[in-house]
Amino acid sequence: MRDRADGRNRLLWPALATPGVAWLVILFVVPFYGVLAVAFGEVDPIFGNAVPVWNPLQWDFTTFGEVLDRVVSGDLGRVLVRTFVYVGTALAICFLIGFPVAYYVARLAGRRRGLLLALLLAPFWISYLMRMLAWVNLLQPDGYVNDVVAFVGFDRVDWLDGRAVTVILGLVYGYVPFFILPLFAALDRLDPRVLEASHDLGMGKVATLLRVTLPMSRQGLLAAAVLTALPMTGDYYTADLLSGAPRTSMIGNQIEFYLFRGSQKSAGASLVLILSALLLVFMYVYLRSVDRASRDVA
Amino acid sequence: MSARSWLGNPWRRPVFLATYTWLFICWAIVPVLIAIQFSFNAGRSRSTWQGFSFRWWWEDPTSSLAHDPDLKRAMWNSLVLALLTMAIAVPLGVALALGLSRWRGPVARGSNLLMLIPLSTPEIVMGTMLFLAFDSLYTSIPLGRTAMLLGHVTFSVSYVVVIVRGRLLTIGRDLEEAAQDLGATPLQAVRTIVLPLLGPAVFASLMIVFATSIDDFVISAFLSADASTETVPIKIYSTVRGSPTPALNAMATAMLLGTMLALILAVLALKVFRRGERGSAVEDFARIEL
Repeated sequence: MRDRADGRNRLLWPALATPGVAWLVILFVVPFYGVLAVAFGEVDPIFGNAVPVWNPLQWDFTTFGEVLDRVVSGDLGRVLVRTFVYVGTALAICFLIGFPVAYYVARLAGRRRGLLLALLLAPFWISYLMRMLAWVNLLQPDGYVNDVVAFVGFDRVDWLDGRAVTVILGLVYGYVPFFILPLFAALDRLDPRVLEASHDLGMGKVATLLRVTLPMSRQGLLAAAVLTALPMTGDYYTADLLSGAPRTSMIGNQIEFYLFRGSQKSAGASLVLILSALLLVFMYVYLRSVDRASRDVA
Repeated sequence: MSARSWLGNPWRRPVFLATYTWLFICWAIVPVLIAIQFSFNAGRSRSTWQGFSFRWWWEDPTSSLAHDPDLKRAMWNSLVLALLTMAIAVPLGVALALGLSRWRGPVARGSNLLMLIPLSTPEIVMGTMLFLAFDSLYTSIPLGRTAMLLGHVTFSVSYVVVIVRGRLLTIGRDLEEAAQDLGATPLQAVRTIVLPLLGPAVFASLMIVFATSIDDFVISAFLSADASTETVPIKIYSTVRGSPTPALNAMATAMLLGTMLALILAVLALKVFRRGERGSAVEDFARIEL
């Protein structure tokens, strides 16, 4: 009797996990291999469409090599650098906006705290595209932003006419909630007695911030930065909606173009591989922080 | 007290931080409120206010939200997709989290890692993977509703696993083992002890999956077949650079109201669920680390 129960015990857990694991293998692992098969595959000579090659021994690296050359020294390289400049600038602004806000809400107690948290969470429940739509409306030549600009006494600006500033601010607006939340969780865990000790030992507010608060929230900052940088780097719709001009196009726009408008799927797949390789470090940092967070609970 | 000593006092009320935070919240929310306001515009413009009306909600006989078949179909597509994703991803993820938390061995360790990778994969990478897979490998499933559903479940499962796993670690194994000592089989222990205790985590998962599915743009857009399978975010994307009317704002507003209503109901339900436990539902959501 006992043996039978043990036997079932051993089988129960794998049986529960199998459907989920199978799902991820079929719809995540195999498709990733599919990207390799298309990137290193052949191009149909007549129709010009990509023919995936599943046998790695027959892989052909011509297209991938061409794309890599253009990334290292060419037009795609400029797009990639632009993408990283946009994302880097947006991250810096996210920090300047997000750190004080997360710090304030984490230190706050009482009824206001619940309200503020709810308001910080609100953007998560409002569709990203709706939040971009809101800005497209505001930034129209005759929109409210230009009304303010004209009221102050400047000329109206065509904000949606391919401006880097607009795209970067759009990225900040879209992703800053994702920056604040992990930071809030980290700052909330910070023991207030440590800060008090710092004050008691004679450190000023600035010194406490620089030498206690910031170092102790390093993990949270890292998680926040990675959590925002990953989706921002692959973002193409923000640049499309707020600018649409080639001079502000990001790496995501290029991938979307290859896959859906130029039907150069092989080049698109190659670019996705290169992007994934560049983002691997960030992905690793992120995975480690999720892992640590789930162990902290225990 | 001089201004200098007031500024230097670490225990004074943080006026500057409070102002900064409230300014941020205004900046985050006011643009959306203005977008909602313009859904009630009497004219065609989405940037100049021309008076209040329900023209774009239902009064206009052809292009208002209530009468434009494209807008109605986009809302219906989004809603059905989100509900089906919830129905598949949550049971799948709960079972996976339970299995992986108890199952030992190299396969389990590998699966644990595999399950986390979709979380950190940028949407454009996952979208490309799934698009190419349905385009050239799983050709019996054409691009469209089924492909979109499969894609949404794929990126949702990991969220569920992370949320449920966190809760499993907090509740520990004591009660489950006690049940087994008293003669319950492992399956009975899971059904009668663990699953009820997982209630709040299942609930949180349902809400997160709903929110991410209804908000998703990239995966949906990559796997959508044509105009008939457009969801609300795709519709906004494809219309916004053209010459849309405030009916687009009305559609976005209607979706927002629907989500908010579901959210309020869920938070209320969660309060009933967690009676006797400490902490608040809002705090729990703020701490879900994804």
